[in-house]
Amino acid sequence: MTLTFEDLPPGRLGTFGPRRVTREEILAFAAEFDPQPMHLDEAAAQQTMLKGLAGSGWHLCSIMMRMMFDGFIGRTASLGSPGVNELRWLAPLRPGDELMLEADVVEARVSKSRPETGIVTFRCTARNAGGEALCVMVSPIIVKRRAAAAAQERP
Amino acid sequence: MMMRFFEDLAIGQGRDIGSFTFTAEAIKAFAAKFDPQRFHLDEEEGRKSLFGGLAASGWHVGSVCMKLLVAESQRQTREALARGEEVAIWGPSPGFRELRWIRPVLAGDTISFASEIAALRSSESRPAWGILEARNSGTNQRGEPVFSILSTAFVPRRTPA
Repeated sequence: MTLTFEDLPPGRLGTFGPRRVTREEILAFAAEFDPQPMHLDEAAAQQTMLKGLAGSGWHLCSIMMRMMFDGFIGRTASLGSPGVNELRWLAPLRPGDELMLEADVVEARVSKSRPETGIVTFRCTARNAGGEALCVMVSPIIVKRRAAAAAQERP
Repeated sequence: MMMRFFEDLAIGQGRDIGSFTFTAEAIKAFAAKFDPQRFHLDEEEGRKSLFGGLAASGWHVGSVCMKLLVAESQRQTREALARGEEVAIWGPSPGFRELRWIRPVLAGDTISFASEIAALRSSESRPAWGILEARNSGTNQRGEPVFSILSTAFVPRRTPA
């Protein structure tokens, strides 16, 4: 069943994962998008504030996006997102980490300019297997309301 | 990131950091890995969506901005080292706020990115570092803003506060 605005009230939506992150994918993402020594080279990374090889923050964001897609956005009548209110990188993403994603709805309101849609603001937290929070983001998603989604699906 | 020391920075300093053309192939490859929503994977689905065409994932746009920032800082570092200057090695970013995907980035669009220093403050917990906020932004080939983000970074001081 497709999730619509009415299915996303404030509160815990779910916890999704695990998603294992390999050294190879950390290196591949860094080589393409963020080729800093702390993301590419174990010895150089030891000398940085991160104290060891760590995935790019943008890689972690992108993995969180995929976990959100697999967890709920893939079955949500989503029209996209206007942005991210706030995002914090709290601890490094390490090779071999098994990530879990907690998704909470922090606000849900009907759009004033497009009342057939709602704006659902999520707080998503990625944690490693030890339960340590690696990243927290707060981001709104535009979601169709149930009546609008049903009207479109009618033949 | 490797660039200037905290003492050498001033609010309002800005620079162009380069441009990037989002091909349909690159948009789909990123989306298949990280954001397989239909409007990021298929031209027809993109046309039917609010975006009006095959649109890059917002995380792809942000990652490309990072790519250009790193490339620009590495260029600056090489030039500074060639002049015999000391180069600052920046710390990792604690995060960002006010990320806005203002307009869709569609297949074939060329986005030019720029970075401007928006705020500078001391780090209370780390006297050897200052905290910088930069407004990084992207503009398409028609001059329309498409992307904006207020990014934070730790920048080393020449002399601890």
